[in-house]
Amino acid sequence: MSEKFADYKNIWVYAEQRNGKLMNVALELIGEACRLAGEIGEDAKVCTLLVGDNIDDLAQECFDYGSSKVFMIQDPLLKRYTTDGYTKVVVDAINEYKPSIVLFGATHIGRDLAPRVAARLDTGLTADCTHLNISVKHYIEYAEENTTLNTATLDANDPDKGLKMTRPAFGGNLMATIVCKNTRPQMSTVRPGVMQKREKVEGAKGELINVDYKLSADDIHIEILDVVKSAKELVSLTDAEIICSGGRGLGDAAGFDLIKKFADKVGGVVGSSRGAVDAGWIDQSHQVGQTGTTVKPKIYFACGISGAIQHLAGMQTSDIIVGINRDPDAPIFEVADYGIVGDLYKVLPEIIASWDDAEALFDAATK
Amino acid sequence: MAFKIIVCAKQVPDTNEIKINPETGTLIRDGVPSILNNDDANALEEALRIKDKYDDVKVTVVSMGPPQATDMLFECVAMGADDAILISDRAVGGSDTWATSNAVVAGIQKYVKDYGDYDLIFAGRQAIDGDTAQVGPQIAEKLDIPQVTYVQEFEMDDARKNITVKRKMEDGYELIKIQTPCMLTAIKELNEPRYMNMKGIFAENKDIKVWNADDINVDRTLVGLKASPTNVFRSFTPKPKGKGITVKGDSNKELATNLLIGLKGKHII
Repeated sequence: MSEKFADYKNIWVYAEQRNGKLMNVALELIGEACRLAGEIGEDAKVCTLLVGDNIDDLAQECFDYGSSKVFMIQDPLLKRYTTDGYTKVVVDAINEYKPSIVLFGATHIGRDLAPRVAARLDTGLTADCTHLNISVKHYIEYAEENTTLNTATLDANDPDKGLKMTRPAFGGNLMATIVCKNTRPQMSTVRPGVMQKREKVEGAKGELINVDYKLSADDIHIEILDVVKSAKELVSLTDAEIICSGGRGLGDAAGFDLIKKFADKVGGVVGSSRGAVDAGWIDQSHQVGQTGTTVKPKIYFACGISGAIQHLAGMQTSDIIVGINRDPDAPIFEVADYGIVGDLYKVLPEIIASWDDAEALFDAATK
Repeated sequence: MAFKIIVCAKQVPDTNEIKINPETGTLIRDGVPSILNNDDANALEEALRIKDKYDDVKVTVVSMGPPQATDMLFECVAMGADDAILISDRAVGGSDTWATSNAVVAGIQKYVKDYGDYDLIFAGRQAIDGDTAQVGPQIAEKLDIPQVTYVQEFEMDDARKNITVKRKMEDGYELIKIQTPCMLTAIKELNEPRYMNMKGIFAENKDIKVWNADDINVDRTLVGLKASPTNVFRSFTPKPKGKGITVKGDSNKELATNLLIGLKGKHII
């Protein structure tokens, strides 16, 4: 097996850029690729694939965050993302340089591009991964700490160096670790906000390679007539340190006024459960969960959220979870670090009123 | 000449209804209803709206799954689809997205042989059991047609050649022009799926075909568990997080105060 794939080396990150700006997930993936390279323990290099037009300055940013090589493809036809154009040149680059692993961000673009690339290369692709490992030893460590998996059937000395891609399935009810044994490259899309960026090292050195590719206007079968940014405020759930989420327990759309007031007080961002989105109380861009955004803020306030598994799948790795619900048996209390059984309409205003006095209250209580 | 639309649909367990057996940590699938996948219902609805608008539109739903998936296809026909095809064979069982797209493409190729070229393919963006969003684009790749995913608005000119769609992005949308034939994947925002109608439910001759691997003449080395490039290495349930502290207090103010004291004491705020 290893003989067959001897040509396939290195870990590639497809570094998605929009309008000449790198997406945050690209830097997260470079960080993760560096961590994985450490697990391989051989001289696997972390490489970045940059595709666009007039994006010379992005290469240095990739070096600064840990990439040792940047493969660059620039063409006026690639100014904006098109499935056809980007698939063609990404496939050209992979065929030429044969990476062992290619990681994409699971954005609306990554999830459009990666399946098309994988199908053209006739290789496997695992969607929306939330954890990656290479060595069995590290996989065992991960599994023992975070999962119910019986690791007795695994051998920490197993020389297997295949990528182990872990993702939620069945709405987050189950986790599956997927492998791609017989084809290369091993490809996965990775959820934004899950992996860790490295510290930036200004002026880090790296090797820049311009990739040979073939592309003509006839290869692109769609035309982008307009790009419209949503007028409503951009919800950056993945970057938020504090998230205040509301669910069906709010009772109506007006309940989000209180959640917003709470979020403003604590410097947080408004999130929601799928139930509240389905009820039409708030836009889907606020949705946390398996079908929404995966988050891991410092504090996650779940207000009137029962805690369906689909929701928990998107927030249970938050540092601290505070659940506020009238139902003492709500599943949210199974994962909450702090649970308040009560009426959120009565409790939240009290938290808002006392928030700024927390230190004084603590001092008074510990005297 | 009729305008022919293929809708790719999947029967899925309603993942909202799945519970975990807390003792064994396994999925409880008994009693979990099987449904037409949500995004696929939007895909079908958009095809039916085109059919409502013109007299010569034929909508065919194509699915792959076990024999009982015909239940879901009956539902699709009762909503208004002209006919439906289920690709069902042990040989295609256990397929990952790559192998699934090979099987569906073989089915579509038989469709073309039997009925002529299709004009448009709709699929749901993703299925709620796997959430991969890969099969639609991979079918498009193997049929060598262009795609637009995350379609939230659809418009077609009366020549039925030029399509304009809004593709949902994280922070807005792109307005995209594309020509038939092409693959479009639907999201919830696209429309509100209709209910089954009485005429459809009680129609006597619902045209639902079941095609096996021989019928679609698929290369067996391209489908099924063994052919799939990705395989499950291990599966498990996440470790339940230890139960935390129930904040005590006789009044709402006391509850709030005790929470803040707790958060402050642990240097969380």
